[in-house]
Amino acid sequence: MIRFFLGKLLYLVPTFIGITMVAFGFVRVLPGDPVLLMAGERGISPERHAELSAQLGFDKPIWSQYLDFLGRLMHGDFGLSLVTKKPVITEFLTLFPATAELGLVAITIAALIGVPVGVIAAVKRGSWFDQVSMTTALIGFSMPIFWWGLLLIILFSSILQWTPVSGRISLMFFFKPVTGFMLIDSLLSGQKGAFTSALSHLILPALVLATIPLAVIARQTRSAMLEVMGEDYVRTARAKGMSSTRVIGVHALRNAMIPVITTIGLQVGTLMAGAILTETIFSWPGIGKWMIDSISRRDYPVVQSGLLLIAAMVMLVNLLVDLTYGLINPRIRHQ
Amino acid sequence: MKLLTRSLLAASALLMAGAMPAMAKTFVYCSEASPEGFDPAPYTAGGTFDASAHPVFNRLVEFKKGTTEIEPGLAEKWDVSADGTEYTFHLRKGVKWQSNEKFTPTREFNADDVIFSYDRQGNDKNPWHQYISGITYEYYSSMEMPSLIKEIVKIDDHTVKFVLSRPESPFLANIAMPFASIVSKEYADALDKAGTKEDFNNMPIGTGPFKFVAYQKDAVIRYQKNADYWGEAPKIDDLIFAITPDAAVRLQKLKAGECHLMPYPAPADIAAIKADTTLKLDEQAGLNVSYLAYNTTVKPFDDPKVRKALNMAMNKQAIIDAVFQGAGQVAKNPIPPTMWSYNKDIKDDPYDPEASKKLLAEAGVKDLSMKIWAMPVQRPYMPNARRTAELMQADFAKVGVKAEIVSYEWGEYLKKSMEPGRDGAVILGWTGDNGDPDNFLSVLLSCASAQPGGANRAFWCNKEFSDLLAKAKATADPAERTKLYEQAQVIFKDQAPWATLDHSTQYVPMRKDVTGFKMSPLGDFTFDTVDIAE
Amino acid sequence: MSETAVKLSDAAIRRRMLADFWFYFSQNRGAVLGLFVFLFIVFIAVFAPLIAPHSPIEQYRDALLVPPVWQEGGKAGFLLGTDPVGRDILSRLIYGAQYSLFIGIVVVSISLVGGVLVGLLAGFFGGWVDSVIMRVMDVILAVPSLLLALVLVAILGPGLTNAMISIAIVYQPHFARLARAAVMGELRRDYVSAARVAGAGDLRLMFRTILPNCLAPLIVQATLSFSSAVLDSAALGFLNMGAQPPTPEWGTMLAEAREFILRAWWVVTFPGLAILISVLAINLMGDGLRDALDPKLKRS
Repeated sequence: MIRFFLGKLLYLVPTFIGITMVAFGFVRVLPGDPVLLMAGERGISPERHAELSAQLGFDKPIWSQYLDFLGRLMHGDFGLSLVTKKPVITEFLTLFPATAELGLVAITIAALIGVPVGVIAAVKRGSWFDQVSMTTALIGFSMPIFWWGLLLIILFSSILQWTPVSGRISLMFFFKPVTGFMLIDSLLSGQKGAFTSALSHLILPALVLATIPLAVIARQTRSAMLEVMGEDYVRTARAKGMSSTRVIGVHALRNAMIPVITTIGLQVGTLMAGAILTETIFSWPGIGKWMIDSISRRDYPVVQSGLLLIAAMVMLVNLLVDLTYGLINPRIRHQ
Repeated sequence: MKLLTRSLLAASALLMAGAMPAMAKTFVYCSEASPEGFDPAPYTAGGTFDASAHPVFNRLVEFKKGTTEIEPGLAEKWDVSADGTEYTFHLRKGVKWQSNEKFTPTREFNADDVIFSYDRQGNDKNPWHQYISGITYEYYSSMEMPSLIKEIVKIDDHTVKFVLSRPESPFLANIAMPFASIVSKEYADALDKAGTKEDFNNMPIGTGPFKFVAYQKDAVIRYQKNADYWGEAPKIDDLIFAITPDAAVRLQKLKAGECHLMPYPAPADIAAIKADTTLKLDEQAGLNVSYLAYNTTVKPFDDPKVRKALNMAMNKQAIIDAVFQGAGQVAKNPIPPTMWSYNKDIKDDPYDPEASKKLLAEAGVKDLSMKIWAMPVQRPYMPNARRTAELMQADFAKVGVKAEIVSYEWGEYLKKSMEPGRDGAVILGWTGDNGDPDNFLSVLLSCASAQPGGANRAFWCNKEFSDLLAKAKATADPAERTKLYEQAQVIFKDQAPWATLDHSTQYVPMRKDVTGFKMSPLGDFTFDTVDIAE
Repeated sequence: MSETAVKLSDAAIRRRMLADFWFYFSQNRGAVLGLFVFLFIVFIAVFAPLIAPHSPIEQYRDALLVPPVWQEGGKAGFLLGTDPVGRDILSRLIYGAQYSLFIGIVVVSISLVGGVLVGLLAGFFGGWVDSVIMRVMDVILAVPSLLLALVLVAILGPGLTNAMISIAIVYQPHFARLARAAVMGELRRDYVSAARVAGAGDLRLMFRTILPNCLAPLIVQATLSFSSAVLDSAALGFLNMGAQPPTPEWGTMLAEAREFILRAWWVVTFPGLAILISVLAINLMGDGLRDALDPKLKRS
């Protein structure tokens, strides 16, 4: 097992180095000059421009800037944001819990609804439930979520006024973040109503973010179940007279779970992309919005290191999925 | 599921209704942007100043609320020498610094703080000049402080003298700006000792009406009333900035009672806000202008006739209607009407396509095709440059001028539009920093600013015009200066280096029960005078 | 076997396959519906100038933000109302169909051709060529697609062309992986060895012998990419990084309309609906294609 793990990890090293190159290379050829953006409509004299560029290290040759970048990464230094002058890693760590909370809740919703729906649809193949749920899933899968989010805001926040419009918790609650997860922190704070408030703020964005993964998981579960149910051992079990609940519950479901878990794990990338749109629509203070803002402000260090950190995270999750896979299915480990 | 959400939501709606507790008065401002930091000196964004310079800090002199006039701040009074190069400030006594969990001041505000506040920005040997690596003081240098301030002398604990290298009439207005906020030297020393210099930018200590409490990145900033404030104490106990970048969302929150006041509503929503009985709307002409700058060094735009002809082809009212949804007024001068020395007597070029065609023919221009540059971002003076350019394009087509719309990424746009020999006319604008006409005219239209690094995007260099500006800058008498600026505007209109487009109206929607808010012509949002009616 | 005999039986097989394919495809009612909707959209796009009641960029200055015809204040000339500068929304939607189809076709073509070439090379030659190519693909896949596309567009500059190129680059690894896997599977098969023995060159082997045998998964992936391309380009447009106004691209229309969300529901609702319907139609078709082409599922 450890060898399997180390092998996988080693395999990731060249990819990661590739990503540092991409992050650095891409970002340094972005047109537009952060120094100019700082000056705005006023303009800036060539001398002052040179002086500022030198101060920010933009005047050195590109390869030497890359080596500097790598060297600092080795020391865990991800650079300073040009806008806020604060370490990128600090900003990432303060904003990441917001995204993680949103993403975890979304994927939980998606899995809790998607898996049962998929299983039922497979078992009752061709029934009205199968047709309705799979049509709905396909609609969800085809949904432009930025539009979907706007519609939900109009309906729930504007017309019905059930949910707050944006933010993570009502402003009347104020406590020091412990975990950064508002749902947990609000419980820890012991303030009455804090948890409900956090939950009501989270529900709409989480639903929007869950839309596509939910659809994917439901569809994937259904087809995995169908496939497993067609396999010989399930037929055998049935033929032997096992009750169909047991067949489905014990044999089919367990084996169908392998591709489903993979699907859930692979939704992390989708979630990150979705987070960019969802966070923009709901003004959710997470890393998706942070990246968008930083791209438009040409905040090089943030885009660079942000890209890197997000990629590293996605890779890590994929690795974990691989490991789980290896645990469930020993055959893969020895391949 | 449905039932669960419904009861859950009902519970949260109840909570929201009761969100404003009765004991302490809490005022919530749905601000537009996250502050870059809390030290006002290194930054340039208005949103940063609203969160740092205005609530937490004071300046030697301040803008009187709701005006661009100067009034005493931390300096009770000041004397100016006869030649206009020496300003002596007499500092206010008994001003207490704020405290936080890590710092308790042992002394009151004095001359050392004033000298420290300026020296750290202008003197690169000052250990606090680079307390964060890569930090720069853009306003300090762009207001030409480094060449202007020769020295600052401490006469005694409560008197400081600024010696200038030349007479400069806008000086007082300049040091009322946020970058010149007075910071605590004692706090700086304490942080230095503790080895946490960066807290100077994270946990500000000032003399202002509010104390900083906490900042949750991109979400909430909290302040508390400063009980020891030297001026009139704020009427609210807690001030909260709920950071909400999206205008539609801000309005939603305002309507839902989640905040009391918001900046920058979308022009499209103004009518709805006016109709809402729980809200009220303050409005004022903004201290800004947007313009279309021709390149006056390139044929055929070097001919004032061609420029005037194009100006006459443009239906500016249509731009105000479609782009600003009526929230603006047509501009005829390069400075806004709320500014002193605005020349009311000037007549704008009328919208007259026929006359325009004739004028073009007179100038011998046929089959003209040109580029219109539309900026990619929204600015206070221009909500949608694209839409504006499309309207112009249609108008120009009616007089036989073909226009192509081009755009670049914002930084690139700023740079390319200032490159000599640029092809096309550029849509851009300006928001005043300090209410002085020099801050518009010299920056945007003088010969000096037509050079690289300037902001004269018409590349228009008119000696007579520039001389008038220089003369006005060296004159201390406001009446005299007014005359000079009025004259300059006549030359501007006659030569038409720009099509002056509009001055946008600034709106501030708020809950009906908010009292005491005063709009600032400079676009600042300050809350020391606001109150919530019971 | 003579030359002609082989050709004849080839054609017969193809006819048979097509009939087979249509049989399975038409079994799926959703897929057929999707196909009809898609054909309808193609029709609209092709004949846009004839169908659209107005020009998509003509501004009626006396008709700003007119609601749809059935709502109070609506005007008969503007079935779905007008936008903030008085352009007819229906006409813009009709012309928008051109853009969405165009985007889908371009993105799929670039990523399909690029991906297949790269994948064939990697799979066929193996060794370090394979390692290098697949590592690069891994790098692209490690970054969330929309984020990578955003950064690419920021580099290339916002605009429709650049948005399409960026999305194509981001999609291309999926095709590369499919093509590579297929090639590696096929290389071991007898018919490839046979062709080799018969003296077929590398190129001929790659394109004439192996490629046609791994078309099915590629076609399914292409349909999926088509619908994702429409969605992602709309997302880029929504973030102001895609097609630039006044282009009547649906995502860009949404972005422009966002500030009117509370005041004029129609400028927000219709472009989104248009995106949803076309993406849904393509996905329905894609499901049908997969069922018809995937022998594994046919069995069950």
